[in-house]
Amino acid sequence: MSELRDQIKEIIENEPVSLFMKGTPQFVMCGNSERALRALREAGAPVTAVDVLPDPQIRQELSALSGWPTIPQVFIKGELVGGADILEELAASGELQAKLDTALGPDRETVERTAAVA
Amino acid sequence: MAAPDTLETLLRTSFPDASELAVEDRTGGGDHFQVTISSGRFDGLSLVEQHRLVYDALREPLGNGSIHELRIKTRGRT
Repeated sequence: MSELRDQIKEIIENEPVSLFMKGTPQFVMCGNSERALRALREAGAPVTAVDVLPDPQIRQELSALSGWPTIPQVFIKGELVGGADILEELAASGELQAKLDTALGPDRETVERTAAVA
Repeated sequence: MAAPDTLETLLRTSFPDASELAVEDRTGGGDHFQVTISSGRFDGLSLVEQHRLVYDALREPLGNGSIHELRIKTRGRT
């Protein structure tokens, strides 16, 4: 297993909520990453964002790990929750917030941070 | 680039029971698609599992880079 894959795996498993996206929360480079980020913010999620654009290998290793072909990808405590469409659906139905409440508690801090891999 | 008809054929093969199956070329450029499917194959599955079935059906065009964006809306029968 490559070092890069290990780093990605560590983020997925250890961060409360990880978002693999194109760009950063401050400078989003893709409409779908924007949709996923908005859904997470609306549901009051802490977000650890990883930009996949700096190196095509990041996306390749991520998809090899998750078995999910597209970006963005959102994980809550290691579990793949979905891409932009699923996040929007779950946010609209209230399920996303419920999932976050169960996984992280209702009094969670909603900090946003960026993690780098490479 | 992919033709909506090609995607629809692949999806029909994977979801022969679909009561609703639509492929929309969102930009007219042949690489941004919205697919909508109602099928009994989705019954009892999580959204992640449902979308995985759609990705599986479209593995070839997804793998060769002809699809840049795929929006998915799935519904079970029940």
